[in-house]
Amino acid sequence: MKTILRLTLSIMFTLYLSAAFCQSEMVSIKGGNYIPLYGRDSLQVTISDFKIDVFPVTNQEYLDFVKRHPKWQRSQVKRLFADKNYLVNWVSDTILNDNQSLKAPITNMSWFAANDYCDCQGKRLATVDEWEYVAMADEDIADARTKDSYNEYILGWYEKPKTFNNEIGSTFKNYWNVYDLHGLVWEWTLDFNSVLVSGESRKDVDTDLNLFCGSAAIGATDLMNYAAFMRYAIRGSLKAKYSMKNLGFRCVQDIKEEK
Amino acid sequence: MNFSKKNHKHLINNNYVSKHLKIVFSVFVLFMAMASCNSDKSKKGEQELAVYQCPMQCESDKTYSKTGSCPVCKMDLKAIAQESSSELVLDEISDESIFNLTSKWNTEEAEVIQLEDLKGKTLVMVMIYTTCKAACPRLVADMRNIEAKIPKESLKDLNFILISIDPETDTSQRLKAFAKENLMDDLHWTFLQGTESGVREFANVLAVKYKQITPLDFSHSNIISVFNTKGELVHQQEGLGVDNKETIETILKLAN
Repeated sequence: MKTILRLTLSIMFTLYLSAAFCQSEMVSIKGGNYIPLYGRDSLQVTISDFKIDVFPVTNQEYLDFVKRHPKWQRSQVKRLFADKNYLVNWVSDTILNDNQSLKAPITNMSWFAANDYCDCQGKRLATVDEWEYVAMADEDIADARTKDSYNEYILGWYEKPKTFNNEIGSTFKNYWNVYDLHGLVWEWTLDFNSVLVSGESRKDVDTDLNLFCGSAAIGATDLMNYAAFMRYAIRGSLKAKYSMKNLGFRCVQDIKEEK
Repeated sequence: MNFSKKNHKHLINNNYVSKHLKIVFSVFVLFMAMASCNSDKSKKGEQELAVYQCPMQCESDKTYSKTGSCPVCKMDLKAIAQESSSELVLDEISDESIFNLTSKWNTEEAEVIQLEDLKGKTLVMVMIYTTCKAACPRLVADMRNIEAKIPKESLKDLNFILISIDPETDTSQRLKAFAKENLMDDLHWTFLQGTESGVREFANVLAVKYKQITPLDFSHSNIISVFNTKGELVHQQEGLGVDNKETIETILKLAN
């Protein structure tokens, strides 16, 4: 009896582990053109094909990462690369807090750490344009930005507290088979610092009229998309070493052309 | 001197000594760490204040302002060597230092360097791109205005660094040409071309925002940053043509 119990337990454990590791599975995104909330001068942005993580990076995955890369452990990390809130809720360098699920998205994460994590996997962070491209899909269509239900869902999320504690996969699967772009955590993007909607844009950034704070909402190409405006505003206010409790990340990968 | 004491103790208890040495060493390291934190402040005037301490640290890290002997082990108090500690600290890279970045850069002289190679001089940095028509010429002018107000003899301790946010266009040759054109080819000017990811990372360290608008046009924050000799950010001047008094004061304080 005991052996059977042990066997079941170990099988369950293995399954659990493999599930935890398989979470970094990726799906392919077919590139295309679209007009983001804030584009370049030509408005249209062209996205090449790429692969994206189905889920945000989890506590479990990040825990494995810091075990392999001690320089990213909380006590080792350089202040240049992460502020004091980096992994602030962990009990120690390699132990999560009781109320933190292994399958919840990793947060309290600086851009440098996220960037290096992806780099170590042979991946990278998504650009703002790529992220928004995938995130404008709802369950059914690739560009749901004009749908009321799509916008209401995201704005509804903004009002919900502490969604960062929820487990990955707990929100909807979108058109591209990607989960949790909305409803769980905000996500770092590679070039978040290209968003010039910030206090600074009023004083020290050269003429980029469509990004000036006051006129930002007017300059935005999609007035309906208040939710996206919020995302750009957050990105504009971030610094790379900031670690916020509702800001996580996922990685993407370029699709290498066959030679 | 240390050596003889070590031997002396050695006769008494081997274990005890090694333990004790460990403590001494760790206290010393702790002290160094503290010294490094305070080194900026101490430069301002308390430099002459010598501090004495029991060489065996019988009273842990208790210090005295006068010479004398330790009340516990009766050994002569030793002055804590401040100069040597600051020298050692120079070699260490602090957590806040930009020298932690390992990205590689090409200079306008086509040398390949890491930021750490810039150690030892006060650094004044700005991010520009050479095809820029709007803000950069003014930003470059701001840099030259700052340079002009620094006494000639201080310039050897300074390095004015212009980093391109357009590494594709701004090659070493191009940067060299730009330097000559703008009369910024002296030794205290350095131009850097990085990789795309290296530039992004560095911009994030400086909290500089930039975005490519067209292939030859970027929109970007206008920030001039001042770093001390250890690569720690000391001051940032934001905006174009702003009053640079504070920036210059900071630089002069650091350079002296």
